[in-house]
Amino acid sequence: MLEFLQQLINGLALGSIYALIALGYTMVYGVLRFINFAHSDVFMVGAFCGYYASKVGSRFLASGTVTAAIVVFLMSMVVCALLGILIERLAYRPLRERSKLTVLITAIGVSLLMEFTGQLVFGADPKSFRLLPSKNLQIFGGLVFNTNQVVVLGVTVLLLVVLQMIVLKTKMGTAMRAVSYNHRAAALMGINIDVVISFTFGLGSALAAAAGILYAISYPSIDPLMGVMPGLKAFVAAVLGGVGSIPGAAIGGVLIGIIETLVSGYVSSTYRDAIAFGVLILILLFKPTGLLGQPTVEKV
Amino acid sequence: MKTRVQALCGVTTLILVTLLLGCNKPAETSQSNTPGKFQGVIKIGEFASLTGKEAAFGISSHNGTQLAIDELNAAGGALGKELKLLTEDDQSKAGEPATVVRKLITRENVIAILGEVASSRSLEAAPICQQNKIPMISPSSTNPRVTEIGDYIFRVCFIDPFQGTVMANFAKNTLKAKNIAILTDVKADYSMGLAKFFKERLIADGGKVVAEQSYSGGDKDFKAQLTSIKASNPEGLFIPGYYTEVGLILGQAKELGIKFPMFGGDGWESTKLMEIAGPAAEGMYFSTHYSPELDAPLAKTFVQKYQAKFKEAPDAMAALGYDSALILVEAIKKAGSTEGAKIRDALASTKDFVGVTGTTTIDAQRNVSKPAVILTIKEGKFKYVETIAP
Repeated sequence: MLEFLQQLINGLALGSIYALIALGYTMVYGVLRFINFAHSDVFMVGAFCGYYASKVGSRFLASGTVTAAIVVFLMSMVVCALLGILIERLAYRPLRERSKLTVLITAIGVSLLMEFTGQLVFGADPKSFRLLPSKNLQIFGGLVFNTNQVVVLGVTVLLLVVLQMIVLKTKMGTAMRAVSYNHRAAALMGINIDVVISFTFGLGSALAAAAGILYAISYPSIDPLMGVMPGLKAFVAAVLGGVGSIPGAAIGGVLIGIIETLVSGYVSSTYRDAIAFGVLILILLFKPTGLLGQPTVEKV
Repeated sequence: MKTRVQALCGVTTLILVTLLLGCNKPAETSQSNTPGKFQGVIKIGEFASLTGKEAAFGISSHNGTQLAIDELNAAGGALGKELKLLTEDDQSKAGEPATVVRKLITRENVIAILGEVASSRSLEAAPICQQNKIPMISPSSTNPRVTEIGDYIFRVCFIDPFQGTVMANFAKNTLKAKNIAILTDVKADYSMGLAKFFKERLIADGGKVVAEQSYSGGDKDFKAQLTSIKASNPEGLFIPGYYTEVGLILGQAKELGIKFPMFGGDGWESTKLMEIAGPAAEGMYFSTHYSPELDAPLAKTFVQKYQAKFKEAPDAMAALGYDSALILVEAIKKAGSTEGAKIRDALASTKDFVGVTGTTTIDAQRNVSKPAVILTIKEGKFKYVETIAP
């Protein structure tokens, strides 16, 4: 029983990172109806920004402190938000009126460009990145929590709540939902679509940066291809939860994390990805819109 | 329209220039000596993981090899010719070794191939060398299958049945542990082979494997496997993997409150291990080929020369890379020719060659038997524990 609970904690920590990445996929899909494959590489750039920010920052602030960590988080999120806006402006905006397939393939191109530019700029060998010292907390005689896991969970929940507030309570959030519903009608109502879309990309990329740093905190070895697998898993999580739905992405992420951990722990790590993706196929067979997705009606 | 065409031309030129530069870079690693001193060159090919997951190994091995070639050239080369090392990077990726080794053999016409550290990648290149009758020496691939590929494939390090035995004995005698868990990398032939030999010996000596878990090279999360290993209450955990994953495994084991000792093979030996694992690596053990702390005179001068050139202490991969180049050139001199078949015969008759990693005698299976050393990690540094003779 203790082992099972420990596995659940492991899965929850892993899944919450998937959830954060999945949010970016889902937001862009909600507004633009396309999957931004470069998102997982913004996640990678986020981790590297954190790595360099903490290196530079250690000259001014004592490293390993909470203040330094917050500064690193914010810097990396700002840089990635700008990067996300830039990618949208240069790669996707000129293609906005083209078919969805064109944009999709461009997204794959941007993703590859970032991965291999990353190998050139950052170097291909893994780097170690330690932001916070970790400590183990024991509860119920044997169940081990790590302070890093608590940080990962805490930051994820915090960002989820903030995001939900932005989408539901602010003017920009209302505009985002309007554009998502029908961007032509939204434009006719006087909403500046370009600004809304840029904002969406910025917000999604900032979340990816946060996820990148959280991932590096949990697994302190970062490399330019680190985004590929988590990105794929997060994409699955977004689809699983119902692409376009924010709570859906969160639930999907946690679910994938827990399934993976349980399969590795009790069956075999060799089948981990096969079973995780198998679950996706099963859910899509019975619920094609995902767990929380809204069925859309195609009007002719 | 005109500007667009111009822009296109500009971009194309830029791409071409980048490609050309990119192609030229890896081949130009050897230093050119004064012209006129040599009559012609002998091209030796090397493939190594200079980038990617096992970059630390590839770079060490390459540095050692290059150091040997430079020294040999300074001492007059071989057969009156200059030795030229052509190095190709395989990016630590499966599939790449076949491509780059084929390129070295068919395009560059190298007379012999040196490489790789990782057994999986040596296994990929070996059939190509065998087919083309080009002798290949792997400096540090320990999986026994590598040299079984054919009679042109050699190695200058011990093999995993020996390494597995050493670690099983170490668990029994030094750690006094009988119930052992094993965590294997299913993607690496090295890891699978070493785990198998370790397990056979452990069971033959009355030990027990209480848990067997696996991961795939490139994974980042090992907590699931470690949690279930912890639940089986072993007295020690054997991890025959490479440093990138082992570093993460040690760190995560500490986060799960695991207290039992962990140990592994020569795949651990990189300072990256300590960087990634941090303090979690303290007090762990692994077996390897060589320690710079050893007191042999040849090893000592090697350490000095290596340190002067690369500003760091050489590890086992560097020492084996160095020895592999020396042994190859010795064979070329003995053969008196650059013909593949003659070099092969000369290599096969290598006997009592004294190198940095000890005495090398190549046996009928084209393997060597050498002592293993056991190192531990203390205050973020490797410390010599003991030498185990074959």
